Amino acid sequence: MLRYLSYTIVFAWLLMGLAGFWIGDHADEVVLSQLLMSPNSQVLLGSDELGRPVLERVVLGAQTSLFVAVGVVFFSSIIGTTIGVYSAYMGGWTDRVITKIIDVFLAFPGLLLAIALAAILGPGIENVVFALVVVGWVGYARLARAQTLSLRSREHVLAARALAVPTWLILFRHLVPLLLAPLGVEATFGIAGAVISEAGLSFLGLGVQPPDASWGSMIKEGTRYLLVAPHLVLAPGIALMLVVLAVNLIGDQWRDYLDVKARHNRN
Amino acid sequence: MIVYLLRLLGSVIFVSWIVGTLVFFLIHLVPGDPVAVMLGDWASPADEAALRNQLGLNQPIWIQYWHYLVGLSRFDLGESLFFQQPVTSLIGERFPMTLQLALMALLIAVLLAFPLGIWAALRAGKWPDHLSMTVSLIGVSVPNFWLGPMLILLFSLSLGWFPVSGADQSLSWVLPAVTLGTALAAILARMLRASLLEVLHEDYIRTAKAKGLSNSWVYGRHALSNALLPVVTILGLQLGTLLGGAVITEVVFDWPGLGQLLVESIQRRDYPVVQGCILIISIAYITVNGLTELVYAWLDPRIRVAN
Repeated sequence: MLRYLSYTIVFAWLLMGLAGFWIGDHADEVVLSQLLMSPNSQVLLGSDELGRPVLERVVLGAQTSLFVAVGVVFFSSIIGTTIGVYSAYMGGWTDRVITKIIDVFLAFPGLLLAIALAAILGPGIENVVFALVVVGWVGYARLARAQTLSLRSREHVLAARALAVPTWLILFRHLVPLLLAPLGVEATFGIAGAVISEAGLSFLGLGVQPPDASWGSMIKEGTRYLLVAPHLVLAPGIALMLVVLAVNLIGDQWRDYLDVKARHNRN
Repeated sequence: MIVYLLRLLGSVIFVSWIVGTLVFFLIHLVPGDPVAVMLGDWASPADEAALRNQLGLNQPIWIQYWHYLVGLSRFDLGESLFFQQPVTSLIGERFPMTLQLALMALLIAVLLAFPLGIWAALRAGKWPDHLSMTVSLIGVSVPNFWLGPMLILLFSLSLGWFPVSGADQSLSWVLPAVTLGTALAAILARMLRASLLEVLHEDYIRTAKAKGLSNSWVYGRHALSNALLPVVTILGLQLGTLLGGAVITEVVFDWPGLGQLLVESIQRRDYPVVQGCILIISIAYITVNGLTELVYAWLDPRIRVAN
């Protein structure tokens, strides 16, 4: 039951992200006659302080968060996995230096580094993705490194090495496929983290700039009208919460499924 | 033990140095001329030259770096461009506020997480377990910049129990601390449950039960103290998230702490203050992590005896 619900929410999120392309400029139009209107039958979720329809802005916000989440998880998982697998497979000095770099990144509070980078690079959606990738690759690198360390002396890898298979082929054909499952779980939680971080940066005014919509900046603008128009904060907040909750639930399910020990106990 | 302490201290200082260096180079990462960015388009060349001189940006970079390190060793982080005050005195005013908020949030998190996690573990698979894990999953998923306004809406505007924002009234710390604490509580409760469940299946718990020890002794002394080890690690690591989250929470509640100073200084392009705030928050985080390791070593007899 809960499982279908969470997949439905994520599916709806994807649909909203796609629907954003059809909305266009209509959502940015200022209609002063509809200022701060409460939800009603014509304007389903009401309108904001400039008379823009909240429903359309939420859909555009979904597009922003989807774009950032996909971008961040895609780049940070590829960069992190490559570095982690390479580091563990090579061993020796390479591994030691990379481990030290990972430690330094882990010693930095993540969101703070993203805030600092976004502040220095200036606001904008690409800079948000960049800042979150800089913070995010470390998790994948650590996981991939730990997994590779236990896999590198498996028989099939040793056999491939004895047959003089080139290193890159061993990595991509014989190691990475075995890492995909745990990395997938990590990536699922990464999506939830990226959605929250993007909204957080936008909330601080360091993310997406107006008139572009983001759930974080909508909440920020809405808090000023909390008493007169709570729907301005409620609508994007509930959307954000549902998406993060659904993605976390899916991540939990996948992790439990992969945990062979726990699965064995249950049966 | 002394060697262990020295190594820990060395690693804290090493990472702080790296972080300090990164923070120093941050200002040079600004695309284009940092002085032009700080002053905006309408500044006169004379103003730009004066600021460049004040920041020492007209000197070679290695000399700047040297001055920066010497300044750090004297607790001198430069001067704020906006307030015309030393950055250290600004941070000194704000830091106790953030510390108070963080400690209160930590207290709330522990008070919430322990009953929830223990209850869930003892009734694993039954409704208390599902209930508390659902609550904690929601806690993880609600961002604090949304929870904050919702708490304001409910407790300040509707019920009028707590002030909306600021730090002037005696109860104004409650809502920000709750906002900050719940996310941490959710993670802690999940960790504690998982860790307790693992411990409860150990042989020594069965032995303790077979000896006829009372329930509270078995669960309190034998199970809980062993289950705490991973939880302490998570607690230390999560303090960093707490500090990052504090930036957002302080903005939501207009709490005059370091995070708010950081965000305001970013908007004012007051780079010396931005650098100082990031440096101080990071060093606080690194120090807390170092202390966590120490607590961990003290809690775990295997590490304690080995040292």
